[in-house]
Amino acid sequence: MSRLARCALFAATFAAPLPLAAQDRETRPIIVASKPFGESYVLAEMFAQILEARGFRVDRRLGLGATEIAFGALRNGAIDVYPEYTGTGLLAILGERPSSDPLLVFGRVSREFRDRYGVRWLPPLGFQNTYAIAVRRETARRFGLATLSDLARVGPRIRAGLTPDFIGRADGLPGLAKAYGLRLASVRALLPAVKYQALAAGEVDVIDGYSTDGLIARYDLVVLRDDRGFFPPYEAAALVGPALATRMPGAVAALTELSGRLREQEMRELNRRLEVGGEPVAHVASDALQELGLTGPAAGGARPATERRAGVAAYLWEQRGRILDLTARHLLLVAVSLAAAVALALPLGLALERRPAGAESVIRGVGLLQTVPSIALLAFMIPLLGIGVVPALVALFLYSLYPILRNTYTGVRGAAPEAVGAALALGMTPGQVLRYVRLPLAAPVIMAGIRTAAVIDVGTATLAAFIGAGGLGDPIAAGLALSDTRMILSGALPAALLALVVDAGLGAVERRLVPGR
Amino acid sequence: MQNGAALRAVEISKRYGSVVSLDSVSLDVHRGECVALIGESGAGKTTLLRCFNRMTDPDQGQVLVDGADVGQMDPIPLRRRVGYVPQDGGLLPHWRVRRNVALVPWLRGLPDQAVLAERALRLVGLEPATFGERWPRDLSGGQRQRVAVARALAAGPDIVLLDEPFGALDAITRADLQTSFLALRAELGLTLLLVTHDLHEALLLADRIAVMREGRIEQIAPAATLRDAPATDYVRELLRRARVAG
Repeated sequence: MSRLARCALFAATFAAPLPLAAQDRETRPIIVASKPFGESYVLAEMFAQILEARGFRVDRRLGLGATEIAFGALRNGAIDVYPEYTGTGLLAILGERPSSDPLLVFGRVSREFRDRYGVRWLPPLGFQNTYAIAVRRETARRFGLATLSDLARVGPRIRAGLTPDFIGRADGLPGLAKAYGLRLASVRALLPAVKYQALAAGEVDVIDGYSTDGLIARYDLVVLRDDRGFFPPYEAAALVGPALATRMPGAVAALTELSGRLREQEMRELNRRLEVGGEPVAHVASDALQELGLTGPAAGGARPATERRAGVAAYLWEQRGRILDLTARHLLLVAVSLAAAVALALPLGLALERRPAGAESVIRGVGLLQTVPSIALLAFMIPLLGIGVVPALVALFLYSLYPILRNTYTGVRGAAPEAVGAALALGMTPGQVLRYVRLPLAAPVIMAGIRTAAVIDVGTATLAAFIGAGGLGDPIAAGLALSDTRMILSGALPAALLALVVDAGLGAVERRLVPGR
Repeated sequence: MQNGAALRAVEISKRYGSVVSLDSVSLDVHRGECVALIGESGAGKTTLLRCFNRMTDPDQGQVLVDGADVGQMDPIPLRRRVGYVPQDGGLLPHWRVRRNVALVPWLRGLPDQAVLAERALRLVGLEPATFGERWPRDLSGGQRQRVAVARALAAGPDIVLLDEPFGALDAITRADLQTSFLALRAELGLTLLLVTHDLHEALLLADRIAVMREGRIEQIAPAATLRDAPATDYVRELLRRARVAG
């Protein structure tokens, strides 16, 4: 491919999702986002469809990392609206003490968010989705569990698998333990995507779910009643960013049409269709809007039947076009970040070889970056870079530096000392020694560093989905949120394949660079 | 002795931290002469040798090559002018034999680098057609040292520094190389400074032997003088032990 064509492809792939700060606020699309779990997807999709039905252009960024990332992006103007819960706003974002009155909580968050962040809570959608502490039916029967007080009674015999979120927050495990005097045999941190499977498989005995989770029905779980009224109200509502709130009243009005229209029963049914029935988010959302009388019949006419039970291979084949696009984007994320990392780390490693005194501290400093958890790194970067491709590239770039730098430095330092000594003694300049002796002898070690970085990059780039950068992480994040294994595999399998291909490709480069060895 | 000193050290001292490696050492190597530096490990032999191509700079004293103070010279041209053979060969493992041997002619930008390399290979008894395209790793230890010698000679230096050049070889290969080396020396009229810990090698190859101990030269003299009139007990003991061992 010619350089020009490559540039054009690059531009075409990346231009669309870049932050649109420079563009006219009135004509840019409204960016609708969600957090990475099923209900958030459905609600966001409903927001998007009602906005589209009222004539607005919409850009979807579903499945953003977690509360910090989604809210950070909203504050920053990187997204315009996403579904949030009042209890989360009060406790996790404002860091205030829980309160049990839904009206008081809504009043508090709507005032504080407006004053502090210029962010607006639209009137609640009508249902609560609070924490649901759930056990297997068999466990409930064996220990006679119906309420959280019952659970506290047998706590020391119970193994818990809780989301890290829940373990950490005041309205989660710490508060619950205090309110009920609950002591558990063990607590394991489990991500939302795996906790139901872990419970069903008997790996743990109790999990934290949400009261509207469709999976509660799917796995026939028993939700223990909060008999002391510990959990604060979690009313779902649209959380609207500053730009949309002040400049597009029409869009706010369209979103407000949903206020007070969704009951808990209906929401659980929508979640069930999504998570258990495996129906596409867009279908579930559009049916819901029609039933509420907010939109007309689906414009697309007859829908293709979704065969949840069709095999993985058939699903992959059906999705091949999309998978190819995502793979190309994934590869671009990796290629651009890796090229930038090589461009910095390789010369830096060579320069450090000449100044070994400070080298170790520089390399260790870069190594520290490696220890920052990727989601945390992405969250840190939102205030600086927003969401989308740019912060993803920066994160991947930072993660690629260490293996390349370490291997370059170690390779050139350790390259055949007797050959280096002889070359110097016979009159090579230090520059010649580097170019003709150290660098060629270190090439396999340097290439090993680049290959390590590339494979790590392919894996880490799947997390880019959590900040809306696209790539093969998209179907993985969505599949995890919707507990759709085929969807997860449609991202994970190509990613694994891509790692192998990238490694093999760099191996071929290495053989050309290092002939005769 | 006929043309003055090709290599001269005047009261040079060198310390590494608290370790004294050279303690006010003076040495003359005359044009066409071979001087061997002998002594135990840490006696300062290699440090003294490396002062002559400025791989080491003494803290005090003066080093002269062909009458010129090397302290005033750019070390790079100096090193390209003075041949050097390290103990372990030090061949560049990613270069074929021919390119290794042509290294110094290439660095100096000499014409006919290939011709110079082939001539040098023949000097050390390696047929260019057979050995030129081999990788260093495909050579025996003795062959590698021959290539290292050829590399030191390829640009036609007058002076060659040898740092235990045959030390890592087995006895038979070593004797073989020493014999070829004697012939070479006679043919080329080189000025040689040779570091060795093998007194027999020194006796065989050198015109004079400098016995070093703890950074000083105990005595420098032809072998017969060392034997008949040792200057110190250390020298007497060294020669006595060598005779017993020999």
